[in-house]
Amino acid sequence: MSEKAVLTGEHFFIGDVAAAEGALAAGCRFFAGYPITPATEVAERMSRRMPQVGGIYIQMEDEMASMAAILGAAWGGNKAMTSTSGPGFSLMMENIGLGMMTETPCVVINVMRGGPSTGLPTLVGQADVMQARWGSHGDYGSISLSPSSPQEMFDLTIHAFNLSERYRLPVILLTDEIVGHMSEKVVIPDPGEIKLLERRKPALNLPPEDYLPFAGGKDLVPAMANAGDGYNVHVTGLTHDEWGYPVMSDQAQERLVRRLVEKIRKNVSDIILVEQVGLEGDLEAVVVAYGCTARSAREAVERARDRGRAVGFLRLITVWPFPEELVRNLARRTGVFIVPEINYGQVALEVERCSAGLAETVGMGLMGGTLHTPEEILEAIEEFGGRARS
Amino acid sequence: MIRKMRPLPPFDPAVLKAKVTRDHGLHPMDVYLKPGRIPHIWCPGCGLGVVLSCFINGLKMAGLRPQDCAMVSGIGCSGRASGYMNMDTYHTTHGRAIPFATGLKLAKPGLTVTVFSGDGDLFAIGGNHFIHAARRNIDLKVLCVNNFNYGMTGGQVGPTTPILAKTTTSPYGNREHPFNLPHMAHAAGAVYVARWTAFHARQLVVSVNETMKKKGFTFIEVIAPCPIGYGRPNKLGPGLEEMKYYREKSVICHEADPSQVGIDLSGEIIVGKFIDLDRPTFSDLYLNAPVDKDKK
Amino acid sequence: MKKFWRLPLDAGSHTIPIGEVRIIKERCKGCGFCIEFCPNKVLASSKAFNAKGYHPPEVVKEGECVNCNLCEIICPEFAIFTVLKEMRQVTREDILKYTERHSPSSGEAPDEEPWG
Repeated sequence: MSEKAVLTGEHFFIGDVAAAEGALAAGCRFFAGYPITPATEVAERMSRRMPQVGGIYIQMEDEMASMAAILGAAWGGNKAMTSTSGPGFSLMMENIGLGMMTETPCVVINVMRGGPSTGLPTLVGQADVMQARWGSHGDYGSISLSPSSPQEMFDLTIHAFNLSERYRLPVILLTDEIVGHMSEKVVIPDPGEIKLLERRKPALNLPPEDYLPFAGGKDLVPAMANAGDGYNVHVTGLTHDEWGYPVMSDQAQERLVRRLVEKIRKNVSDIILVEQVGLEGDLEAVVVAYGCTARSAREAVERARDRGRAVGFLRLITVWPFPEELVRNLARRTGVFIVPEINYGQVALEVERCSAGLAETVGMGLMGGTLHTPEEILEAIEEFGGRARS
Repeated sequence: MIRKMRPLPPFDPAVLKAKVTRDHGLHPMDVYLKPGRIPHIWCPGCGLGVVLSCFINGLKMAGLRPQDCAMVSGIGCSGRASGYMNMDTYHTTHGRAIPFATGLKLAKPGLTVTVFSGDGDLFAIGGNHFIHAARRNIDLKVLCVNNFNYGMTGGQVGPTTPILAKTTTSPYGNREHPFNLPHMAHAAGAVYVARWTAFHARQLVVSVNETMKKKGFTFIEVIAPCPIGYGRPNKLGPGLEEMKYYREKSVICHEADPSQVGIDLSGEIIVGKFIDLDRPTFSDLYLNAPVDKDKK
Repeated sequence: MKKFWRLPLDAGSHTIPIGEVRIIKERCKGCGFCIEFCPNKVLASSKAFNAKGYHPPEVVKEGECVNCNLCEIICPEFAIFTVLKEMRQVTREDILKYTERHSPSSGEAPDEEPWG
């Protein structure tokens, strides 16, 4: 470790530590968190590294304070992050909603574990997927990224910061205990090779009284003035108009909420990231997976393809927004989607919805604590692959 | 899925501009107020307008310009104050103004950050955040407007409601002990603790000025009338009668022992500056801690 | 009853600020704070209404405002303020007015004789 924020070179990190290093490489200089298994290592790494790079680590009294603090730091001009797991994620929901409503850029890492409630603190789960999309009350657009390896923990944390600055919202890094606690090689490039995005500021020659803090541009994202920039912005969780003033009217609500949702919907082509293997032509089956499960799923698909079966693999790097178009198109070319995940079936529901009856969906759900083996996914491919399309 | 929605109503910036031209600038303090937002939503006789006015005068006395300051507020009638200030203001979720302000202050240490909130927001849902920020001595200026109830929602019992007081959720008289706010603030570690009422406007201006110049977690409790939520059910009369009651029953006692300044429904109210001491702030300690650059 | 037989020797070094009260009638919500707490009781409720139906205050003691600014600070609505009109020398009439105002015949408690 050193005072350098970017530890260029090859490392052997656990996923949590890789994510912390990714945040530092992205320019994060404020971390407010609370210890929770299996995300504590992110906080521990940050508590060591932040003073070295001149940032601030503050351990807040609970997760709600952590989320509020990173929103405040973001408005102070910093890139800010927190990390937690299921129980803390639930606590943070109200302030994630505040972050969505006030369009505050920040990153929330959720290292998923077995739930519900206290659940299996030290073992894997993937059951917070729907919560990451719909967890806070009201309508808003949401972005969640799902790394499958410590290297991706590093890369996707940087990407999460870029997306949060670009689209002005809290971005959720939806990882799980297996990826968070596994050790693997992580290659950190030179700082010059890391592409960073910053929030768009108001035009230089715009007088403060003409600046509309919550008027979206063509991409529906407003320019952001930090505290102390001289624009005297009022930021509120109440429904507000383009000036930021609270306005209790359905017209203001219509304009604001539609923009919050469409900010993400209209920009999906820029946001959605997937890994596609063997998805050309007509397919016997498509395996859809994300996070740690994708590692087993990939192995199963490779073995099936080695045996000559036309099986494709779709890995969701962005779980939200969900690749609806892609799945709908795939549904025309395959008879069945196989969705292994460590929950009762959450992404499986999305796959089923988007396949619009054109293909069957097989949800392979584990409730938590362990991973699918490639053998059992291969077994499912053998059992359900080749089903005729309805 | 096909989505059929109503046509989107347009936004016209000119509507506000017309209101600003008509009304803004008539009063010397309008320069600190957000153009076009007066009149505020508070009831006639409410003490919040007085506290806001004293706060602005305190800023003026301290020589602070709007761009040197930020205000963070929570939910409730007092939380609306940030919407009326002409500076960077943040109206956050219930009880979370203090941690938000903590993040803001640590990210922008040059700003003077005020937390303007109410008794319920700061000491019920926000109680945990209050004591920790005081413990850490984060450099925040906390102004608590205490009207002894939850006013915005219609006058419910709160953590500072005196025993036997009537509110909509204590119809037979409150049977819970209230907090003694200066005592809590002092015990948690605040470096400046004062209490005034909305009647003591001049002293409040001086107190605000002192906190602006002081480093560390400062706390001013301001007792304010709430004629609709608290005054009416407890037969205290309109706002003016509550103010006269403060005039009659307040006793100025600087450096009083904070544990002895509790309030009951008809007793005297001890006001003054109780605590004024010095302690290293969170930033003092954290940013100056020696760091081993090679620590693994 | 205290009575000054002549102008105090240091009267020349004191001036009385004379203020002018400015009322933004449309902002007033009739709370009555300025009327009650003005130290010189310069204001009273007017009979006129503003657009919201409240009775704004009006000046009833012309020339008595001393620009103390209390109404400006204590008004919750930012509806009243004072500006300094002039600084006036203290005259014998001012002294007489003070002693008459606080004499027993005016109904207020008399000042204690400083001589015991």
